[in-house]
Amino acid sequence: MSTASTLIETVDVGKAYGSFVALDGVTLSVKGGELVSIVGPNGAGKTTLVNVLTGLLKPTRGVVRFKGDDIAGIGPVKLAKRGMARAFQLVHIFPAMTVAETIGVAIVSQTGRSLDFFSSVRGDAAVRRRVEEVAGIFGLAGKLDSESRLLSQGEKKLLDIASAFALVPEVILLDEPTSGVSSGDKHGIMKTLIDAAERAGVKAIILVEHDMDLVAEYSSRIVALQGGKVLADRAPADFFSDPEIVAAIVGRKVGKVARSLA
Amino acid sequence: MSGAVPQRRGLLLAFVAVAIVVLAAFPHIAATYYVTLVLPAFAYAIALLGFNLLFGTTGLLSFGHALFVAIGAYCAAVLSSRVGVKSLELILLASSVAAVVAALPVALLSVRYVRIFFGILTLAFGMLFHSFLFKFYDLTGGDTGIRVLRPTILGMDFKELDKTAFLIGPFYYACLLLAVVLGVVMWRVVHSPFGLHLAAIRENPIKAEYLGVRVRRFRLLAFLISAFYCAIGGVILAVNTGQADPELAYWTHSGELVFMTVLGGFASFFGPVVGAFTFVFLKSELMGLTQYWRFCLGATLAVIVIVFPRGLMGLAKDASRKAAKR
Repeated sequence: MSTASTLIETVDVGKAYGSFVALDGVTLSVKGGELVSIVGPNGAGKTTLVNVLTGLLKPTRGVVRFKGDDIAGIGPVKLAKRGMARAFQLVHIFPAMTVAETIGVAIVSQTGRSLDFFSSVRGDAAVRRRVEEVAGIFGLAGKLDSESRLLSQGEKKLLDIASAFALVPEVILLDEPTSGVSSGDKHGIMKTLIDAAERAGVKAIILVEHDMDLVAEYSSRIVALQGGKVLADRAPADFFSDPEIVAAIVGRKVGKVARSLA
Repeated sequence: MSGAVPQRRGLLLAFVAVAIVVLAAFPHIAATYYVTLVLPAFAYAIALLGFNLLFGTTGLLSFGHALFVAIGAYCAAVLSSRVGVKSLELILLASSVAAVVAALPVALLSVRYVRIFFGILTLAFGMLFHSFLFKFYDLTGGDTGIRVLRPTILGMDFKELDKTAFLIGPFYYACLLLAVVLGVVMWRVVHSPFGLHLAAIRENPIKAEYLGVRVRRFRLLAFLISAFYCAIGGVILAVNTGQADPELAYWTHSGELVFMTVLGGFASFFGPVVGAFTFVFLKSELMGLTQYWRFCLGATLAVIVIVFPRGLMGLAKDASRKAAKR
């Protein structure tokens, strides 16, 4: 997809907290059709970068653009309206609300009906149809009226991500979507996510992930951070064939998929 | 959707219908004393429906909402005895608008905070207003307050009725109508897309924000709506006693609002209404029985919080679920 337009780009982004430099001259871009993984050891600046990309943090220098517009520090609400969604590493749900209500929150806000004071959400057939559609993609159709706190850990994770998908985003940022999930289920969740992204019309995915097997298998490009700088920005095959980079970023934790690519 | 939800809805609707019929018949079947107790219960039921939009639905516990009850009461007093406005409808309108205007700066400052910080800040504003009422004697009548003259209802002054007959007659039915109308409106608000967003804010404000919910703005709106309802309750209280005094704004009165809501059950829509009626009747019975009524009320609250944290409505729901299983 070489002709695809650039969705997100950062140019020479820096972020310092006092004298501590978290990001130092990060330039990257994400185009339509890509799944870009951001990897790096703890403290490399992944979280800061993600927070800058989602408009939560204002960088101390450089620009960050989404679909050509400056989004530095615009905050999550405006970003959601413009078409970027985010799912967190730690599960974020609404414990006492049902699955249908949780997904409904996103649908109501996405359709611009937040200030509708008098119509019934429960009786809204259009909302219900969309809720069922989204829940179906994530295998939650049978749990629509269950309270979120009663779901299994894996289901909570899926619900968290499903509600982000319900915003119909163009770009979705997934922060370790498989953390806390047993290693056997990880591929299942990744496949569900990528399939859901295609069905929902998501144009690009940004993935923050520690599991190198997943990174190797699903990424179209890998951005490696170290000490707040971009160490490498390559396709998976080029990435894992460079022993220096692999050693710096991954240590020895390269699994069998990654090795087979190298 | 499972069949249980519509079924329970039907049961609830039947209960509400019966309650309205009983309340409508109450002045004709009960002793005058008990009928006069229903008036403050109406007042608190309305105020708490608003209060609980902020507390139960949005998750913000205010310890200063007596402030808005007092604004309603003092507006009624100033309008009726100083400005000469006698129409109950005008008084209700002006008082609730005044409360919303006063609530705006308080809310703007308070909703920047949550939990205990929000609670303390609202408490502080309540105390501030109490001192104002207490100290600015010329304006507010100081500790004696201002008299509230009998209002007209729909232009009728009911001169042929004495004070009690007016209160338990036309005024009673005006309050019943207000409670039903404002109750229906609040039901719609809580179950609307807006209400769903408020619940999302209560459950997880960070997640809500990432789903496009303007957390602070919605907290602000919930606050303003709650002030509106509290002022209506304040007008009813003031007309009922014929007096607006600083005690209405005192922090213990704010505490009573919280008490009633917890007693009835803040997690339930009708909890605050049940709490208001239970509190008013319980307090009057206890006061008649013993001089240690405050002690008894305190003990009741302790038991509720420890044993039935979901309040009386939580108890009722558990009981109805058990009955359904059988």
